[in-house]
Amino acid sequence: MTDAISSFGAVGRPVSIHTDDAAKARLKGRYRTETWFKWLGAGAVALAGLFLVLLLSTIVTQAIPALRQNYLTLPIDLSAAKVDPAKLDAVNYDAIAQEALTARFPDITSRQDKRLLRGLISTGTGVFLRKDIAADPGMLGGTVDYAVPLDDFADLYLKGLLADVGSDEAISTSVTPSKTSGDIDLTFGDDAMLALARGHGATEGENGMLTLTSGASSLLVVFNGGTVKLTALSPGPNGTAVAKGTVIEALDSTAPAASDQAFLRVIDTPEASRKISDKEIVWLDTLKSAGQIESRFNSIFFFTGASREPELAGVWGAVVGSFLTMIVTLAIAFPIGVSAAIYLEEFAPKNRLTTIIEVNINNLAAVPSIVFGLLGLAVFLNFFGMPRSAPVVGGMVLALMTLPIIIIASRASLRAVPPSIREAALGIGASKVQTVFHHVLPLAMPGIMTGTILGMAHALGETAPLLMIGMVAFIVDIPAGFTDPATILPVQIFMWADFPEAGFQQKTSAAILILLVFLVIMNAIAVILRRRFERRW
Amino acid sequence: MNIMTEAGVEQKLSSGTTAPSIKMKGEKVSVHYGEKRALFDVDLDVRENQVTALIGPSGCGKSTFLRCLNRMNDTIDTARVSGKITLDGEDVYDPKIDVVELRARVGMVFQKPNPFPKSIYENVAYGPRIHGLARSKAELDGIVESSLKKAGLFNEVKDRLLESGTGLSGGQQQRLCIARAIAVSPEVILMDEPCSALDPIATARVEELIDELRQNYTIVIVTHSMQQAARVSQRTAMFHLGYLVEEGATDKMFTNPDDKRTQDYITGRFG
Repeated sequence: MTDAISSFGAVGRPVSIHTDDAAKARLKGRYRTETWFKWLGAGAVALAGLFLVLLLSTIVTQAIPALRQNYLTLPIDLSAAKVDPAKLDAVNYDAIAQEALTARFPDITSRQDKRLLRGLISTGTGVFLRKDIAADPGMLGGTVDYAVPLDDFADLYLKGLLADVGSDEAISTSVTPSKTSGDIDLTFGDDAMLALARGHGATEGENGMLTLTSGASSLLVVFNGGTVKLTALSPGPNGTAVAKGTVIEALDSTAPAASDQAFLRVIDTPEASRKISDKEIVWLDTLKSAGQIESRFNSIFFFTGASREPELAGVWGAVVGSFLTMIVTLAIAFPIGVSAAIYLEEFAPKNRLTTIIEVNINNLAAVPSIVFGLLGLAVFLNFFGMPRSAPVVGGMVLALMTLPIIIIASRASLRAVPPSIREAALGIGASKVQTVFHHVLPLAMPGIMTGTILGMAHALGETAPLLMIGMVAFIVDIPAGFTDPATILPVQIFMWADFPEAGFQQKTSAAILILLVFLVIMNAIAVILRRRFERRW
Repeated sequence: MNIMTEAGVEQKLSSGTTAPSIKMKGEKVSVHYGEKRALFDVDLDVRENQVTALIGPSGCGKSTFLRCLNRMNDTIDTARVSGKITLDGEDVYDPKIDVVELRARVGMVFQKPNPFPKSIYENVAYGPRIHGLARSKAELDGIVESSLKKAGLFNEVKDRLLESGTGLSGGQQQRLCIARAIAVSPEVILMDEPCSALDPIATARVEELIDELRQNYTIVIVTHSMQQAARVSQRTAMFHLGYLVEEGATDKMFTNPDDKRTQDYITGRFG
């Protein structure tokens, strides 16, 4: 460009108002503005993209652990002595499963430890077991290997979300225990262990005594087929170190272990600041290394209803509730919205009344959604006495909210049909109704459907109005009809986000992911419809 | 007033001789668009089986008058028509007249070709179908074929009747629109600058067609082209600023007009 301008000068053309220095400066200024604008725009898009990527990656990384669940395979005794085939409903299945677990760890004798151990498996175990036996009575009569879901804390630990487990460190010297169980003394061949304990937050006491409180990392010495948790260390004679410890898993013998046969497992997160104790960690690690724990696709999450227990909570109830609600919304909002749009756009006289109606419809689209919820509460529940928490009422409230969106989108696409099509139909004697239904409406339909789908997507993500009509209730059953109590996906997300249990954090993200998938699918359908049925004339 | 008497004389003549009878008659037709008056007391007759051309500079009211003849102005909310327009002696603005029936009798072809975004067959068959003109599929096929033949389009499209009408060329689209209008068997066909969007070859084709159609239909055509008016019409009406300036046989209008404005317009001195 600049070359061209200077070449004009070279040819010796007379300087005009378009070629003098001021003009060149103006031109340069214009290009500068353009460049500025281009960079600003690109920057805005890049920033938006960055936030989107950040948001999605956060949700996805949080959600991925919830897609799998750890199961513990236990040999469960279902012989006639335990389960009476005639009275399947009278059996305490939870107790049977718990027995199988405690039988796996015969060394654990104290009631407290047994309770801790039983807590590793989900409280829903009995329900699953009973259901599976009812479905397959062939399981009865003997001992079967059965996979039970783990409790949420155990599950989270195995997913690495509850505690930072450092790498196993080799012990550079021999270890000699005083006993095989209970509180024991350990003698280390050198004092390297003292430095290690200091490094992991041990409290310094008198005479070089080091105490490992629950605020320090846990140091577990694994040797002789068992595990000992160190509680205190002190320097011993001849450069050795003496430690006190508690046996978590019984040792095979009191024989000294050589340096290559013992190692130290460090759990960096102090016991006081995690929801899972050292004992549970050791048990889980033992079960895992024995191959009894496997990670499976989390069908509980996808195909069951809500629960207070994170490992038993599923989205299916909310998905079905959302689906039923959306059906009601579509069935009400689409026909009414499109009819209203056709009337206002094609038939209504343009007078003061229709102008007022038009303005009000546009205003309705901007009314906060919670106001529609209050309206639903006051009118549908209180005045008409319709059922609380029901998809039919939720659908009606969301239909009120979606109506203006559908009307506005439909009117816009009706208006976009060229008048020449209307004239053509009227010109050969089609009546007004024939013109609209034979020609205008089919051409406007892709736009109307796009608007409707976007309105529905909006409604699908709506929480506030449904809180007002009681769809925030904690409902375990999968809704079977339009009047059953139900909740919907965004409300489920809202509730889960509110629960204190750590396990719900992943469930929340996973449910958000499911909602996003539905929204993306709906938007994709809208785009496809627009592409496919868009006509040119 | 001068025109009125002239028209009256000719009508008397027509009753006695072979001069064509009057198909449509406008008396003191005025149109308001809201506050703005677009047409001032126009008296104009349309003769049967003749082509009447309406000429005049842009905005002179010729299209407005044309659209009064089949009440297409009804679709404009602000438009208000006064005066009297008759079709075979019946007042078309009489509340008893059904506008659907009127538009079936007085068809229209628009400035821009506007086929429905449907197949060629459907475009032509739509009118007969909604008016119930065909009792069987075969009869409907017959109407479509004869309409396309009359519009001189059949040979070009006979192998692709089920393809979209919007895929045709501009000239073909306009002939399709004419076929669509013919299919309803109207008595009068109104054409609003039917060739303004066409190239000279397509224009010649449509003009030829208009001349042929004159045998069976009464045609009113609005045009901006003096040559076209001279070529296709038997009678010409000159509009200016909403007034009918002059009306008469096309030969006379183009050789020896009474009004100076007509002369100036035809010779290209204004407009």
